[in-house]
Amino acid sequence: MPSAPGTLEIRTSPHVLSGYSVDTIMFNVVLALLPTAAFAVWAFGLAALVTLTAAVASCLAAEWLACKSSGSPSTLGDGSVVITGLLYGLTLPPACPLWITAVGGFAAVGLGKALFGGLGQNPFNPALVGRAFLQAAFPVTMTTFTPAFGAERFTTLPGTSLAPPFGRAEPDAFSGATPLAAWKFDGELAQTSDLAFGLVGGSTGETCALLIAVGGLYLIARNMMSWRIPAAMLGAVALASAALHVWAPEAYAPPLFMLFSGGLMLGAVFMATDMVASPMTHTGCWIYGALIGAVVVVIRIWGAMPEGVMYAILLGNAASPLIDRLVQPGVFAPPAAESAR
Amino acid sequence: MLGLRTFRHGIHPPEWKAATRELPIRQFPFAPTLAVPLQQHLGSASVPIVREGESVVRGQPIARADGDLSVPMHAPATATVKRIAPMPGIAGRMLDAIFLEPRPGSTQETPDGDPCSLEEAAPAEILSAIQAAGIVGLGGAAFPTHVKLRVPDEVRVDTLIINGAECEPYLTTDHRVMLEQGEDVLHGVRYLLKATGAERAIVAIEANKPDAAAHLRGLIEAAPASPEGEVSVEVLRVKYPQGAEKMLISALLDRRVPSGGLPLDVNALCVNVATTAEIGRLLPHGRGIQERVITVTGPAVRDKGNYRIPIGTPLRFLLEQVGADPELTRVFLGGPMMGAAASSLDISITKGTSGVVAFTESEAERSRRREYPCIRCGYCVDACPMFLNPSQLAVLARNEEHERMAEEFRLMDCFECGSCSFVCPSHIPLVQHFRVAKAALRKARES
Repeated sequence: MPSAPGTLEIRTSPHVLSGYSVDTIMFNVVLALLPTAAFAVWAFGLAALVTLTAAVASCLAAEWLACKSSGSPSTLGDGSVVITGLLYGLTLPPACPLWITAVGGFAAVGLGKALFGGLGQNPFNPALVGRAFLQAAFPVTMTTFTPAFGAERFTTLPGTSLAPPFGRAEPDAFSGATPLAAWKFDGELAQTSDLAFGLVGGSTGETCALLIAVGGLYLIARNMMSWRIPAAMLGAVALASAALHVWAPEAYAPPLFMLFSGGLMLGAVFMATDMVASPMTHTGCWIYGALIGAVVVVIRIWGAMPEGVMYAILLGNAASPLIDRLVQPGVFAPPAAESAR
Repeated sequence: MLGLRTFRHGIHPPEWKAATRELPIRQFPFAPTLAVPLQQHLGSASVPIVREGESVVRGQPIARADGDLSVPMHAPATATVKRIAPMPGIAGRMLDAIFLEPRPGSTQETPDGDPCSLEEAAPAEILSAIQAAGIVGLGGAAFPTHVKLRVPDEVRVDTLIINGAECEPYLTTDHRVMLEQGEDVLHGVRYLLKATGAERAIVAIEANKPDAAAHLRGLIEAAPASPEGEVSVEVLRVKYPQGAEKMLISALLDRRVPSGGLPLDVNALCVNVATTAEIGRLLPHGRGIQERVITVTGPAVRDKGNYRIPIGTPLRFLLEQVGADPELTRVFLGGPMMGAAASSLDISITKGTSGVVAFTESEAERSRRREYPCIRCGYCVDACPMFLNPSQLAVLARNEEHERMAEEFRLMDCFECGSCSFVCPSHIPLVQHFRVAKAALRKARES
């Protein structure tokens, strides 16, 4: 029996913990993203593989550098930066020049996270900050997409991937329009099944809606993701586009097309649900998700760009602290004096 | 499980009850020295009425109540009073205690005192008898029961809730008491109904103790209807903190105790089931509390079980008797959610000790508790049974904005159940932040 003082550990209650920790949550999110990443490599070949690798590597490097320069212990182990890297990579066009990918990775972690104080402090989803930075800096590159399932995708890398920094991006022979752009500018409507199964062109990881949903369901089952955010977001998009489609079918795309095209599924499941940048209460999550969904529809239909998920989520992130301020968990019971009134 | 009554929010910690739930209550031996602290309850400390060197008989009062919010102490053994001296309490503060040396060879029989007859005693007399028996809340709070039961004239209690939820992981004492002392429980309920004037009593039991619920139901059906009021058993969903008074009342009666209020404000009263059993067992004989049932368990304990342990048994003696790991690193008294860590093994078992749980923890296990920044996952918001926002409160606590915590975010509603800290993936000691903030507020408001 310990008798010397100091041998008993004294801690205040509770003395047991759930076993969930930040790194377990982050690890499981990475796990949930793997099917989507694997599909991206299958659909876009070497281009996707090098893009994802460069994205994760640049984010890790930026995080390491941020810790090093601020003299704080390394935070690579908590896994959150791996998610940022993967998500960021999945939003890029598959044949994005590697040097641009690396620049964006540093922007994602540097401007999106480290600048605000690291884990738990980022007001915006860091992956989207990186992507938005590139969208502003390299608008053409960010909207040049390779078609999926090219014949030589496992043997040759697209020329753009290895383009030298600041060289003129040569017009790519492969490039093709995404379903959203085809609809917006040419009025062509893609098959919903092609969208769901990822047989179309688009950003590296946004094309296979079904695998994204599988990852989301896994996280929901493990209580590591708010199901209310994607539900509200997808619900708002479906409702708004259904109403418009019923009103004028030839002018507005049907709701299924809206749901399964572009980055909506990836954004709803993995981006908008970033715990740090989304509200904490259930009601708050519903408001936040619905707001993002509404903005997506507005940008897609009336905006200059074919796709608006990224800006919609960033806008939702910005509104999140306000939502949290306005929506508190409720009251168990008011004081007796108040309830008597 | 579905369809059973419960409250909103809360958590589902592992139960860890399997090791002891089947084990019948066993009598624990007397330690060579028993140290009975004079302050085992909330309120003023008891006043010793014995002198050093005096011989005492088991069950004899050895300290009297000091005023109303206090209870007497009874000798846990036929013994010699060795000395009255300070000893460490659970948090390390020194408290006066009566040290007794049990007399070897004594039969350790307990003579009866003045019985309190259920049929003849008036409500006020029952309350006096409860105080005289030294009875306090055995669930852990150790609040003098006779004070809790005193219903002001203008208040009517319609429902008396007998708390057999035992929602704390590891603990199985209430479970065993209900199974083995069912008659005592029901007899105690009748005393309580009479003392409070309540119309009915509900014994609330979580669904993980179906045998206890069935046993008590059987006893109620077999006995003639009690003239004091109707008694029933209600099975509740297994969820922590179901056993908290406000949660019980919310689950059973769909009433919410107002912020800063008492169960009496919604015409209810809650009494722990082990407390009830002691009332039913002791009052007919006019005896006092000399021992209590305690679950001794945890990975570091070899002979886990439910023991009837004399009050004043030193923790060190107890752990030696049950073959605890000599390398143990952590002991807490009570359940793992709300119990208090023992600062030393030289403390005594008191009336409020419902469990003794011991751990041997490796360095690796300890490092897993490393603190991360808050990632705003909202788990704590979903867990808090009082609908607080622990994450927000923690931010304010860090900035020492204590007034704002209380005024705007209802800090004082927190009863420290530990649900938020339990679920926090960042391992932020939320409850500890709130305790510190409350203490600072109390201090600021006093001055």
